[in-house]
Amino acid sequence: MPMHIGEKDFRKRVSKGISDDYMRGAVRSAQERLQNRRAAAAEELGDWEEWRTLGQQIRSHTIEHLDYYLHQLSDKVAELGGHVFFAETGEEANEYIKQVIQKKNAKKIAKSKSMVTEEISMNAALEEIGCEVIETDLGEYILQIDDHDPPSHIVAPALHKNKEQIRDVFKERLNYKKTEHPEELALFAREKLREEFLAADVGITGCNFAVAESGSFALVTNEGNARMVTALPNTQITVMGMERIVPGWEELDIVVSLLTRAAVGQKLTSYITALTGPKQAEEADGPEEFHLVIVDNGRSKILGTEFQEALHCIRCAACINVCPVYRHVGGHAYGSIYPGPIGAVLSPLLSDYDEYKELPYASSLCGACTEVCPVKIPLHEQLIMHRRKIVEDEKKSTLAERVAMRGFEQIVHSANLYRTATKMAPFLTTPFAKNNRITKGPGPLRNWTDIRDLPQPANERFRDWFKKRNKQGGAI
Amino acid sequence: MRVSFFITCLGDIFYANAGKSAVELLERLGCEVDFPPTQTCCGQPAYNSGYHKETLEVAKHMVEVFEHADYVVGISGSCVYMIHEYVHLFEDGSNWQKRAKALKRKTYELTQFIVDVLGIEDVGASYHGTATYHTSCHMTRLLGVKEAPFRLLENVKGLRLIDLPNRNDCCGFGGTFSVKMASISEQMVDEKVQHIEETEADLLLGADGSCLMNIGGRITRQGKPIEVKHIAEILNSRGEE
Ligand code: SF4
Repeated sequence: MPMHIGEKDFRKRVSKGISDDYMRGAVRSAQERLQNRRAAAAEELGDWEEWRTLGQQIRSHTIEHLDYYLHQLSDKVAELGGHVFFAETGEEANEYIKQVIQKKNAKKIAKSKSMVTEEISMNAALEEIGCEVIETDLGEYILQIDDHDPPSHIVAPALHKNKEQIRDVFKERLNYKKTEHPEELALFAREKLREEFLAADVGITGCNFAVAESGSFALVTNEGNARMVTALPNTQITVMGMERIVPGWEELDIVVSLLTRAAVGQKLTSYITALTGPKQAEEADGPEEFHLVIVDNGRSKILGTEFQEALHCIRCAACINVCPVYRHVGGHAYGSIYPGPIGAVLSPLLSDYDEYKELPYASSLCGACTEVCPVKIPLHEQLIMHRRKIVEDEKKSTLAERVAMRGFEQIVHSANLYRTATKMAPFLTTPFAKNNRITKGPGPLRNWTDIRDLPQPANERFRDWFKKRNKQGGAI
Repeated sequence: MRVSFFITCLGDIFYANAGKSAVELLERLGCEVDFPPTQTCCGQPAYNSGYHKETLEVAKHMVEVFEHADYVVGISGSCVYMIHEYVHLFEDGSNWQKRAKALKRKTYELTQFIVDVLGIEDVGASYHGTATYHTSCHMTRLLGVKEAPFRLLENVKGLRLIDLPNRNDCCGFGGTFSVKMASISEQMVDEKVQHIEETEADLLLGADGSCLMNIGGRITRQGKPIEVKHIAEILNSRGEE
């Protein structure tokens, strides 16, 4: 599966993440910075909750009527002289993009940040036919020159690296001689990239939102690189996930406001670029040829299911920035280019449970993600739905767990059995207890006591106390 | 006021003291407390693990147990929330759903009940010591009880309450998460314990037995000199310490 990254085994990925102190330090400080900025931006808006409700309504209306808006969009783009291609799979999208590039005899491709092209492994497909693909987003650029290190975050792909590590990558690969100051690093990259923009034959962008009513699409960046990618090359290809669309400009205004605030705590990012079709007769710049590639790749099979809300996502990463699991294991541990809570929901849907069966369980269901999502996706509930599906529909839970849960139900469902079981608890655990604590539990308790003590169940349960007390006639 | 007390399974087995304190406290505040003895567990372990058919049976049992109560008061925010969730387990418009809705309306977490229903913020408790309070995720985010425990603790005479840094972070319990994803859970609880230590409080308080069992178990494993108590124990305290 193209969206998969890193080691196959989930446990190994997690251990690797947990033992990487540099990564964890970088993630912790980024999370804190982004959380604070998001909270301040939300507060400044005043009625954040109302905005969230509005965002939710827009997304849910759009996804309910996705067919309609996609038609409208493609008609508009065609009217403007652009080409639209619906790709059912990632391979189909890559094939189409390759054809466009080969027809142009193009070799150098400048690309702005896009998660969907990561999802379909577009770069690898283009490199196979001899193209040089240059990532122009600073984070992506760093990862690209560091031997294609995969992204670990959907907004800040190189979030797992600290500035010293970035300096070292530049030193090693590009003969960089200056310090780790972010400004110096950025300036250096900018100079390098400028040369590439001028030489590129084709520009490829992602798409934050397409606007159905006008056939436009919007790019939200802080570096302005997307503007260069769309202004200089003669041919432009925009790749969008099928759900990244809004009905009109008014809705765009709202979702972009939510996106920039939730993602980076800014009222607006430095650059918000809206482009409409290829260069028209009266326009001075822009591409002569414009292709819009709309990628399904598993999205339409989510429509109409209990997971439809996952398609409301506007990829702001706010859920990732508050997630405590993400903080400790880092993005690569998820094994998917979509990490964090939304990644744990989306990855098994876009791929399958065989590949991502652990992800729905990699959550304490603390609900921090749900609380923060600007379009109110009930992320932790979606994780529970995945678990339900794995257990009840896919029947993929372990036999031991099924037996245990069946037993649980019978005990809990019957007041008598339950009373007996709770009465037995202290007797069963006494052999393992010392100083009222169990430090090495038997059987299934082991995983608990490997890390923490378990209190020794009291001989007198609460219910025994209450009964005794009532017999004695009330308060003691 | 008549209150049917919901002890929760962990409370019944491990935290009898918290239950006793809560009952005495409620009585002191003028409630008449009964304990329906057929009550069991709320079903959350099964629900969160995806075993919804099993949870449904548990839910029916609990609805029947508490149906005749005027108020149901529990000592764990997350188990109380689970009872509220029953509504979504039953078919829309079904009779069971109606019964679950009625139960939801009268089921409260202890501090929420004292502040919102009884309208009391000062329970007349006194306790000499320095404490910090762990806000449990389900109680604050899902049940929406954010302020009540603080209102009550602020009025405990002699108690110095210190803010817990990063208090909104999960302690890493998460039910089966704590054993299924033990290595991740360990990192989370360690971070929590570290923040608790930063407060230099001698006492950690919480309103959810499961979080306290997790954090407390890690604290004793590491041999840290921090006591862990359920909030009911402090609210029922009359200055004997
Ligand atoms: S799920 Fe919500 S919070 Fe997470 S990336 Fe998507 S829109 Fe943002």
